[in-house]
Amino acid sequence: MRTLAALYRREIAYYFQSVTAYVVIAVFLLISGYFFFSIFRYYNFLSLQYMQSDSPAGELNLIDGVMRPLLGNISILILLLLPLLTMRLLAEERKQGTFELLLTYPVSDAAAVGGKYLAALSVYAVMLAGTLVYPVMLAVFADPELFPVVSGYLGIFLMGASFIAMGIFFSSLTGNQIVAGVSTFGAALFFLIIGWAAPFVGTGLAAVLAQISLLYHFESFSKGVIDTQDISYYVLLTGFFLFMTVRSLESARWRS
Amino acid sequence: MIEVRKLSKYFGFTRAVQDLSFTVEQGEVLGFLGPNGAGKTTTMKMLTCYLPPSSGSATVLGYDILSDSMEVRRRIGYLPEKNPLYHDMRVEGYLSFVARLKGVDPSSVDGAVDGAVERCGLSEVRRSTIGTLSKGYQQRVGIAQAIVNDPRLLILDEPTIGLDPRQIIDIRKLIRELGENRTVILSSHILPEVSQVCDRIIIINRGRLVAVDSPENLRDRLRRASMTRVRLRDAAARERAEELTRSIEGVMMIRADASADDGAVMVVESAPDRDLREEIARRLVGAGVPLLEIYNEELSLEDIFIRLVTEEEH
Repeated sequence: MRTLAALYRREIAYYFQSVTAYVVIAVFLLISGYFFFSIFRYYNFLSLQYMQSDSPAGELNLIDGVMRPLLGNISILILLLLPLLTMRLLAEERKQGTFELLLTYPVSDAAAVGGKYLAALSVYAVMLAGTLVYPVMLAVFADPELFPVVSGYLGIFLMGASFIAMGIFFSSLTGNQIVAGVSTFGAALFFLIIGWAAPFVGTGLAAVLAQISLLYHFESFSKGVIDTQDISYYVLLTGFFLFMTVRSLESARWRS
Repeated sequence: MIEVRKLSKYFGFTRAVQDLSFTVEQGEVLGFLGPNGAGKTTTMKMLTCYLPPSSGSATVLGYDILSDSMEVRRRIGYLPEKNPLYHDMRVEGYLSFVARLKGVDPSSVDGAVDGAVERCGLSEVRRSTIGTLSKGYQQRVGIAQAIVNDPRLLILDEPTIGLDPRQIIDIRKLIRELGENRTVILSSHILPEVSQVCDRIIIINRGRLVAVDSPENLRDRLRRASMTRVRLRDAAARERAEELTRSIEGVMMIRADASADDGAVMVVESAPDRDLREEIARRLVGAGVPLLEIYNEELSLEDIFIRLVTEEEH
């Protein structure tokens, strides 16, 4: 546990002493701010139109009109940015040879993976926390439902947590950061869009594809439903890749 | 301290280390000598629990390197050949990070860092970023990293590689100091280094053990002939000297030294325990042959090393 804490501190220090964390966070907040601006502007435009017409505006609300599209767009943004945050975690150590030294310290593979994973997860949490100003702004000027905001954030956090687990896994496979980053991006995108094929395959397979799709499980979170099934999906996906990372470190010893 | 039994390591079909057995005693400074690619680094990586052996076993400080690897890792210090460091960290930050990873009690981390900094002469640079240090200082940081948990066993892989002569002397001195109250294993392909620093030498080649002994014993054991080199004034004098020397008892062979341009140097080989200098000098001076210089040549460790390694190949 102490070794995990030491590794965690070192990784956090690296993220914030190098410019990596600042750049990733800045880009993330800038783009998500733009998302919020344009989505909110569009919502504003729709509200005005409803006001002028006689048609009922019952379907228009801040959750469906602003928060869900915002979190949906943010999910694409983290798909692009999180691999950049995770690609160096183990790949760089392997390339520079510090990995070899680390493995001769009395540090369990699980602690090494855990410390690094939690560090990246913390940076992600900081990133995400920065976007909380938007729901706060909504709450100041209007009256959005609180629960769907909370569940939406829980969903996006869990999605990012699984991306980071994929990232550290691919980073453990190679000494090349680009390879690690691109593979992570590919795997994350694959899990995100696999459900697209569901309508075109038989019902049995369609259910399977939908169930392994990241978007399918995110959907209910963004609607304000916290289902243990969706939580277990993300937890299992994350756990699976972390477990694979630990195994990959173990097998690296035997292969090298 | 260390017991290695029939240790082997294969990388695919290449055998890096084969049936290596040796023991290391407490307090010893042991040198691992061999040409590049002989299996020195692989053996060290197995002893530090980084690489699992393909077969055979080894115990370090009484713990098995496979089944009790955590216990082994807690008690050793290791400096890999490439001296990998986190270049973005400061010296003291790095050392305290390593101390924590090595399980040093949190309350004694600062003391451990201070001790290692002082031991390795890093006081002036303790707040510097590692990446900005000279190679000599970086090597010291690498050694400090190895000793920060005060291990009883230090394993140093080519500790002086890539350093300038001044730095090499400093690092060797440091290793000798560290060896006073610790067991040290170091590898090298530089012979004088090993003979200066180590109590005992293990020579390995192509993954196999070739010889184990103290530097002096290795030299004695392999000295099959002693050589006496005699410098005369010119080639004619050498020819006369050869005739005079030939009849001395114990002379095995006489030849002209091909490396001397003027042909005025004679090499006399004799049985290893015979010293012929006195007799040769008496005869030459007695006969009025102009003798300039006479000395016994010792077989260098380098000669022994090359002899051993080439013999292995036949």
